[in-house]
Amino acid sequence: MIGLDELIQRFAALDRTELTRWIENRWILPGEEGGRWVFHEVDVARVELILEIRHEFAVDDEALALMLNLLDQVYSLRRQMRRLAGALEVQPPEIREAIRKALPKAGEDL
Amino acid sequence: MATQTPYEVLGVKPDASAEEIRKAYRKLAKELHPDLNPGKPAAEARFKAVTAANDILSDPEKRSRYDRGEIDESGAERPRYSYRPHAEGAQGWKYRPQGEMDAGDLDDLFAMFGRGRAGRPGEGFKMPGPDRQFTLTIDFALAATGGKQRLALSPEEWLDVTIPPGIEQGQVLRLKGKGGPGFGGGPQGAPPGDALIEVHIAPHPFFRREGDDIHLELPVSLAEAVLGARVPVPTVTGPVTMTIPKGSDTGARLRLRGKGIHRKRRGSDTTGDQYVTLKVMIGASGDAELEKFVEDWVKTHPTDPRRAMGPGVDPGTTDKAAQGTTTP
Repeated sequence: MIGLDELIQRFAALDRTELTRWIENRWILPGEEGGRWVFHEVDVARVELILEIRHEFAVDDEALALMLNLLDQVYSLRRQMRRLAGALEVQPPEIREAIRKALPKAGEDL
Repeated sequence: MATQTPYEVLGVKPDASAEEIRKAYRKLAKELHPDLNPGKPAAEARFKAVTAANDILSDPEKRSRYDRGEIDESGAERPRYSYRPHAEGAQGWKYRPQGEMDAGDLDDLFAMFGRGRAGRPGEGFKMPGPDRQFTLTIDFALAATGGKQRLALSPEEWLDVTIPPGIEQGQVLRLKGKGGPGFGGGPQGAPPGDALIEVHIAPHPFFRREGDDIHLELPVSLAEAVLGARVPVPTVTGPVTMTIPKGSDTGARLRLRGKGIHRKRRGSDTTGDQYVTLKVMIGASGDAELEKFVEDWVKTHPTDPRRAMGPGVDPGTTDKAAQGTTTP
């Protein structure tokens, strides 16, 4: 967990005004401690991701918002999948086998 | 205090020009050069830091890599933050899309996965039972006509399987609800799985199938072939009587219309035929009377059944040494 100044310092390409705008857009959701923003690891990693997208793919704010929304949806699904996989993993082998068999093959109707 | 950035070490702004960096470096290098500061370890350490900072900032490529966070102050590769492990971890929930379902309890998840199945709200998670696989061997006639065949699922449990007419070798029949029991689903229970039955057709000693037609080789006697006859012929639905025309020969093919496979199809039914190929069996080996008759008969009726094979042996002058042997 780091503060705003340390975050700015960590990424030389990161501009304070720009970061403030990302926070206002709710692309970055810092925590708050004693009236100051604090950034957890996931926030720092996300800042780096946004920096990469902006600078390496040269996308504007509008496209960036769309990309982040799609990315968030993908990761949300992946988290749900992992939860389900975790729940399946602790089932007895015969139940896991039954579920495996009940899975439609890709392209089959549910 | 975190490590100083190369910009801080040289005392320049992050947007400093190359010229500003060069000037700042020269000034500091002169001040701090070890030869000018003998016996001053602090100056020597700063000199090293200044040189390292200049290494990065004087090289446009290194400088931009540093700005992107790819290398650290010493020029070493910095481990890249990967967003994915964070996003997929518990911390990632913070960034779930607006309106997305809650991370709450598993019921929400199962409600999502149950969509599209026959789930009703409140029933919770349910999953149909697993399919069970069986093989069933049936005889040729049943495969042709269709009907019922008993299949033992287990020592205590059997099933009367309905075989559709004209079933093909290896065809799989799916019997809804005859598989393993389902999971969950509340008092009503989730539906069981299906039984998948792979059907094998036992070969028949004299019937053969080609599509919906049945083929059969029918032995007939010399008399039946020469004089004609009405003979019983087996079909998949039982024997029928067929007329052998007078003067028939081996290889003659007769058709029994409608005695093939009968299929019910939408609109109109279709029916195959049975084809009967005759095979004349003389069945009078060593019969002196027949030999005598044929000897006389052939004198006035010379025939050569091998004519189509080209110039061959004149019938009647066969070389004894090359004579074929007969097997019983």
